[in-house]
Amino acid sequence: MTLWNTAPWLVWCIVLPLSAGILTFLFRRAAPWIGIASALGSAIAVAGLAAQVMHSGPLRYSVGGWGVPLGIDLRADGLSVLMLVMSAVIAVAVSVYAACYFSDTDAADKHAAQAHQRAYFWPLWMFLLAGLNGLFLAADIFHLYVTLELLGFAAVSLAALAGKRAAVVAAMRYLLVSLSGSLFFLFGVAILYAAYATVDLTALAGKVQPGPLAWSALALMAAGLLIKGAVFPLHFWLPPAHANAPTPVSALLSALVVKASFYILLRLWFELFSAVVTPATATFLGLLGAGAILWGSAQALHQPRLKLLVAYSTVAQLGYLMLVFPLTQNAGSALTAWSACVYFVLAHACAKTAMFLAAGNIAHAAGHDRIADLDGITQALPLSVAAFALAGISLIGLPPSGGFIAKWMLLQAAIGSGEWGWATLILAGSLLAVAYVLRVLWHAFTQVEVARPLHRVPRTMEWSALALSLLAVLLGLMAARPVELLRTGAPASIHAPGQT
Amino acid sequence: MTLEPYLLYALAGVGLFAIGLYALIARTHLLRKILALNVMGTGVFLFLVAIAYRSEPVADPVPQAMVLTGIVVSVCATGLALALAHRVQTTTGRMVLPENDESGA
Repeated sequence: MTLWNTAPWLVWCIVLPLSAGILTFLFRRAAPWIGIASALGSAIAVAGLAAQVMHSGPLRYSVGGWGVPLGIDLRADGLSVLMLVMSAVIAVAVSVYAACYFSDTDAADKHAAQAHQRAYFWPLWMFLLAGLNGLFLAADIFHLYVTLELLGFAAVSLAALAGKRAAVVAAMRYLLVSLSGSLFFLFGVAILYAAYATVDLTALAGKVQPGPLAWSALALMAAGLLIKGAVFPLHFWLPPAHANAPTPVSALLSALVVKASFYILLRLWFELFSAVVTPATATFLGLLGAGAILWGSAQALHQPRLKLLVAYSTVAQLGYLMLVFPLTQNAGSALTAWSACVYFVLAHACAKTAMFLAAGNIAHAAGHDRIADLDGITQALPLSVAAFALAGISLIGLPPSGGFIAKWMLLQAAIGSGEWGWATLILAGSLLAVAYVLRVLWHAFTQVEVARPLHRVPRTMEWSALALSLLAVLLGLMAARPVELLRTGAPASIHAPGQT
Repeated sequence: MTLEPYLLYALAGVGLFAIGLYALIARTHLLRKILALNVMGTGVFLFLVAIAYRSEPVADPVPQAMVLTGIVVSVCATGLALALAHRVQTTTGRMVLPENDESGA
């Protein structure tokens, strides 16, 4: 029992996928098994870490015992644990799906690049997971920059994996955007170091004061993160990159990678710059979110291809996350809005992974993903269409899904602080989501007399999509524990006066 | 007020960053875009080295360590970008990103 409580789980969360990345590169035949084992192993490490944090509050760990300022520190609080749990769950489901997807010889796209994809998917995915876990555990802003770059490289390479013209072009654009975003972020880091001579998040938190240096650092870092996080109107690179990647990759990019930038933005906004931010900047970010919700949903409605529709839905859903900034301006509802947006991240991750996997199954079976030609697909793939519909329920925000709880808390925060504009926007976004989800289901449920020839979809692929979509729906029923965990180490700036 | 030497270097770093950013947006050729990113990166590195130069009598090692890490990252980034640019050239026949290539396949 003592081992469970004192083991350095934080380190295992990073070391396991990192070594699996090397092993899967060396032993290609065993790669799927190593990948699944490492995903399960890091899930166990995350569970151990979650138990530690729930038991004894936020943790800090000096790698190699060096400590600040020489060494690298890792830290875990409620927010990072929740993000780690999210990535662990998605990692296990996607690894199982991918093992089947890449080994299926009957695959829809019998491309010459198939074997090549199989060989490179596992190492890249393991490095992506290591970068992601490292990012969620980073205790200083320079470490955040490095993990952000690791994550970006793995993500870009994965997006290019399909090797087709559209995928390569999308990946190139993604790389340029990602690199310039990181350089903006690094410039912000440099300015903060110039002004306060430290990069440690906790040490900086008390030091940053309003002034030209802090403002320029905030502007540079926020700009970098907004472009990497595909926030409207900087989202242009996301739909082609996500839609042209192999299915498991699309799911990972949409569910996890864009969330990393948002996570950093949350940390910076509420911990580092809480004394610097003004209501005007918060409203500005909220308006970007509003643009994302409306524009992304409207584009989703017009897309001819299923995977592009799902990708545009990601643009729209990311818009909701931006609403946390204006809604936390009112001290009374700050905690609600903050919890709502983190819960939204979790619910969206599950629902969007399930939706991409289901869309991938449908495309795999039909050999294409043109929405208008999907009639009769329900007869052939009832499980995948069910997964798509359940994920849609969470994206729309119908009870009892995780999306419902998140939107409910957002609405509570909006109405509680008398912000009727934001409340209307949240509801309008839901209506648009109903429209684009139903558009797909409308075609999918059309009966056909003569069934089209369809490819067989392995059971495992259907079930992993369904399992995640069920989780997305059931997330609404177990909201109490995560919301409570979130308060562990929550930044002081979101606590209402009198609440601690 | 005299211009301290470190400030001169720091401002030069800001200038390089701005020039790189301009070229990244304005140039279409992929090699130029990759070079532009390198210029932007160099700007940030110069800025960091200038900060390190401030402390007396020896330079502050922390920003220098950051620059070292940054250079490693930047080399990897350039390698990946060149490989991808090469693939873009072989698949599209040109060294520029096509406009409106969203729908793809």
